[in-house]
Amino acid sequence: MRAVKVLERILITIPIMLGVATIVFLFMRLTPGDPVDIMMGEAGFVSEGEIENLRREFHLDKPLWQQWLLFVGGALRGNLGNSYTQKQPVAALIAERLPATVELALGALLFALIIAVPIGILSAVKQYSLIDRLSMAGAFVGISLPAFWLGIMAILIFSVKLKWLPVAGRIDYQAGLKVITGFYVLDSLLTGNTQALVSSLKHLVLPSASLGAAMAAIVARVLRSSMVEVLRQDYITLARAKGQHEFWVVMRHALRNALIPTVTVVGLQTGVLLGGNMIVETVFGWPGLGRLAVSAIYARDFPLVQGVVMVYAFTYVAANLLVDILYTYLNPKITF
Amino acid sequence: MQQAVPATGFAAFRYVWGIRLRLWGQGLREFLWQLSRHPTALLGLAVVVLYALAAIFADRIVPYNPLLGDLNLRLLPPAWEKGGDPRFLLGTDLQGRDLLSRIIYGARISLLVGIVTVLISSTVGVVLGTITGYYRGWLDDVISRLADLLMAFPLLIFAIGVMAMMGPGFRNLILALTFKSWVEFFRLVRGEMLSEKTKEYVEAAKAVGQSDLAIIASEMLPNIFHSVMVLATLRLGEMIIAEASLSFLGLGIQPPTPAWGSMVSDGRSYLTTAWWVSTLPGLAILILVLSINLFGEGLRDILDPRLKVE
Repeated sequence: MRAVKVLERILITIPIMLGVATIVFLFMRLTPGDPVDIMMGEAGFVSEGEIENLRREFHLDKPLWQQWLLFVGGALRGNLGNSYTQKQPVAALIAERLPATVELALGALLFALIIAVPIGILSAVKQYSLIDRLSMAGAFVGISLPAFWLGIMAILIFSVKLKWLPVAGRIDYQAGLKVITGFYVLDSLLTGNTQALVSSLKHLVLPSASLGAAMAAIVARVLRSSMVEVLRQDYITLARAKGQHEFWVVMRHALRNALIPTVTVVGLQTGVLLGGNMIVETVFGWPGLGRLAVSAIYARDFPLVQGVVMVYAFTYVAANLLVDILYTYLNPKITF
Repeated sequence: MQQAVPATGFAAFRYVWGIRLRLWGQGLREFLWQLSRHPTALLGLAVVVLYALAAIFADRIVPYNPLLGDLNLRLLPPAWEKGGDPRFLLGTDLQGRDLLSRIIYGARISLLVGIVTVLISSTVGVVLGTITGYYRGWLDDVISRLADLLMAFPLLIFAIGVMAMMGPGFRNLILALTFKSWVEFFRLVRGEMLSEKTKEYVEAAKAVGQSDLAIIASEMLPNIFHSVMVLATLRLGEMIIAEASLSFLGLGIQPPTPAWGSMVSDGRSYLTTAWWVSTLPGLAILILVLSINLFGEGLRDILDPRLKVE
């Protein structure tokens, strides 16, 4: 039964993905005027032939419905067209940058959970204590912080003043890392390169913290609130009455149920993580998708912008799909 | 002896609206009383009002022209720092412009973009949510599916994608942010309409022959208004951060117009020598958004306790 539900949920995702591709396709129609003219405007002098070629490449010489069919069909097969500035397939450029972005996003997620879960639990268990009030005040500031400013402040304090952590980049190149997967932390472990491992972890700390801070704040608030709710339930009183140690009552009985709303929030917050990703990569010179997109925007490389936006949206849809599937395991009663 | 209730004509209209206005007045008094007992919400409101006044009267209160600088005075530290000049309380930027004046003007852009975006998206959301929630039908299917699709995009990614295509500027910024943010209002109002519609008072209004428009406008919408207000306040802060983020990336408001996001970005290259150029405009954003959120959460506690995160 569970497998059927999961399959149903996956099938629902297909029309959404199609719709996302359609909206991204429509993005290019938002340009004030002919997109090719605008792109060419950035390039300086170009011949008529080049303009014609580009128009053909974007299928702008065909009717709109054919353009749509070609774009969506291509996108579903992984063909996102060619970058106009870098003269390479968009998909290849994205694949090259993706590991950096995923590494940063995982770092941020890990940071958020490491901070938020203990704080959320502790605040709920010690409700209205000083620690609860301070952490909830901190979480409140966390949700009001712009990620780009937090990143800059982190650089100012930890890199410029204290000189503990590097200002930008992913690794010191003297570390001589042999890249295998593109995930530098993983590659350092695989090659047993301790210097590279330390360097890549050091580079990862500030961007992950800046990106994960908002998520940590929200997750801590939601976890606290659902824990407070759960701790009032009869079965918790029963567990206590049976003489179970408070630690196990909280961890074994309360946390599992309190995690259900928390997991939803983590799923929804992936959106904030992805949006913030572009900003944080720009602040820290992190060579991932976000920076690729921002430089593509400045160069008016529309196919590349479309490709990256689509990958971000697909990732968001996939993250929420994953959360929904995880849901059925946390609470088998839930149907979609 | 009890007075007879007028059944038709202007007298009935006046009678009903008399009661309605009295109830609203009572509700407003109750709300204000509760607000006065909510110190954090009051504090938030006070700071937001202060920012709004500064933004409205910016041209009268700024000590210097925010667009004109004096290169001899570039990167002066704030007055309390060594080398600071008391004439420039928060110091100057790279072009020798007074940072305080620019921050005050920056409040204009932030609040204007935030308020206009929230107003447009809430209006669109309320209108579409009301129509689809009340009448359902094919329009509901179409708009709900569109809303589902737009939900598949993270707000900032969507706005960045749209701005990348349309180019920077105030009007485009508003469009880029509202293209997606109406969805949340739409979903809220549609859901509320669906549940309100099954309630007895709607049945009663139908039974006495009120038109759909009258039922929606005078019976149902006032009951949903609270939730929309709470959501609008909480989204205002989000929009201000989104605007600042876009301006930070160079996609929002263009220089030399002072926008906090681009001011933070300007100072990035001088972090080692002039920390204030990036730090202070960012602090202005943080304080404003924090105050809006404080007020918003207070508003939610008072108006819509169902949504409360304990």
